Amino acid sequence: MSDLLQHAFNGLVNGSFYALLALGLAVIFGMLGVVNFAHGAFFMLGAFGAFILLNEAGVSFWIALLVVPLALGVVGMLLERLLVRRLVALDPLYNFLLTFGLTLIFQDLLRMKYGSQPQPYPQPAGLRGTVDLGLFDFPAYQVFVLVFSVLVSVGAWLLLARTRVGMIIRAATERPELTRAMGIDVGRWISPVFGFGIALAALSGVLAAPMRAVSPLMGADLIILVFAVVVIGGLGSIFGSVAAGFLIGMLQALGNVYVPGLATTSVFILMAVVLLWRPAGLFGREETAV
Amino acid sequence: MVSPLLSVQGVNASYGEAQVLRDVSLEVATGEVVTLVGRNGAGKTTLLRCLMGLHRPTAGTVTLDGNDITHLPAHRRTRRGLGLVPDDRGIFASLSVEENLKLPPGVSDSAWSVDRVYESFPVLKERRRFPGTKLSGGEQQMLSIARVLRMGARLLLCDEPTEGLSPVLVHQIGDILRDVKAAGVTVLLVEQNVRFASTVADRHYLLAQGRVAQTLDNAEVKEREHELLEYLGI
Repeated sequence: MSDLLQHAFNGLVNGSFYALLALGLAVIFGMLGVVNFAHGAFFMLGAFGAFILLNEAGVSFWIALLVVPLALGVVGMLLERLLVRRLVALDPLYNFLLTFGLTLIFQDLLRMKYGSQPQPYPQPAGLRGTVDLGLFDFPAYQVFVLVFSVLVSVGAWLLLARTRVGMIIRAATERPELTRAMGIDVGRWISPVFGFGIALAALSGVLAAPMRAVSPLMGADLIILVFAVVVIGGLGSIFGSVAAGFLIGMLQALGNVYVPGLATTSVFILMAVVLLWRPAGLFGREETAV
Repeated sequence: MVSPLLSVQGVNASYGEAQVLRDVSLEVATGEVVTLVGRNGAGKTTLLRCLMGLHRPTAGTVTLDGNDITHLPAHRRTRRGLGLVPDDRGIFASLSVEENLKLPPGVSDSAWSVDRVYESFPVLKERRRFPGTKLSGGEQQMLSIARVLRMGARLLLCDEPTEGLSPVLVHQIGDILRDVKAAGVTVLLVEQNVRFASTVADRHYLLAQGRVAQTLDNAEVKEREHELLEYLGI
């Protein structure tokens, strides 16, 4: 029983990475119609950002947690302005290829400097060791990641659900053209939303650094799974992507216990089943427009 | 004739290779209700999309109040007083009824307050916390029209507001449009139902294969109703 709980807990912790990544992907996809393949690369850059800041300048984890997502968010906005925007009017494949190409460039640049070997990142002081949550001891850092990710997800949800900006983003994510016809300058919001999505990816990268070793390919392994999460949650559904993120994390962790070796495959089996049963995803809406 | 509120001159539009609108010209005066009738595929919706700035014409000009708006982006056209009621009603599923009303920014002094909308459409007040698409078809249509009134639009572009509605609801939409007209709002209405059209509109443009084939007044529509219904395939 307590073993199972422990696995479920680990699943939730992994799920919180999926949730943060999927949330950003879903908002970007909804508003721009762009499948941002570089999302995994920005996750990796987030982790490397923290790693480089620590090793080159002695910057602590806590400062990196703030600075790295902000800086990469700005990089994301520039990327949207300078490259993605030029291709949005074309076939979606062009932006998919662009972001895929950027991923390879980012990965190889870091590989040239740091090699492919995973690099360790120390757990922040104060979060080493374990905390006793009654049933058994949990690693303190993992508890922090889970709580922090839930808070960020709730914060993002409040921003989207309760503010005028959030209302505009929801509308523009659902139907960008109609939103323009309602007098909203959707174009003005695209760069900030792209940057926001990238910042979330970078944030989860920084969070991942002390848990997983930092390596140029750490995002590539993750991104395919996160695509499955977004599809299961419902393309463009903000709530669905977060819920599916935690759900898939759990499923994968429990899968590891009962059907080891099939845990990751089971995510894609679930994706296939969901697509057959509800083509718009668990929380997605069927298209009404032709 | 006083200078028209809306004037369309020689508009052509295509989707890829297919030309959908050919040299379309028409005028709508302030306070008029004018319909566009025509078969499916005659180009009515495309024309509304060109007027709203959602589709780029390949030739021709669109002027509003004498100002050329042909190349103005959609969101700036709403600020000039254009309000779209799209053919699928355009209700956002991820927004509540009230958020659907509040999404467009008010553009003029004649913008309705949310309270005034609720007074005129009590059912929307009852359901204000519902997701927009949980409303029935007729309620969604009311919401779609109420939304552009709340924005303060001076020229409503209504794309088949009666489509798929029961006779009772069609009647109700007719009442709403007559109220809107009485309030001085101008309406360009796409409508297949010529009988309904002649009860709310002043004039009619018959669109065929992307061209304005004829202009008709209400008397002519009544006289030729059978012929028109047959032509429209209803």
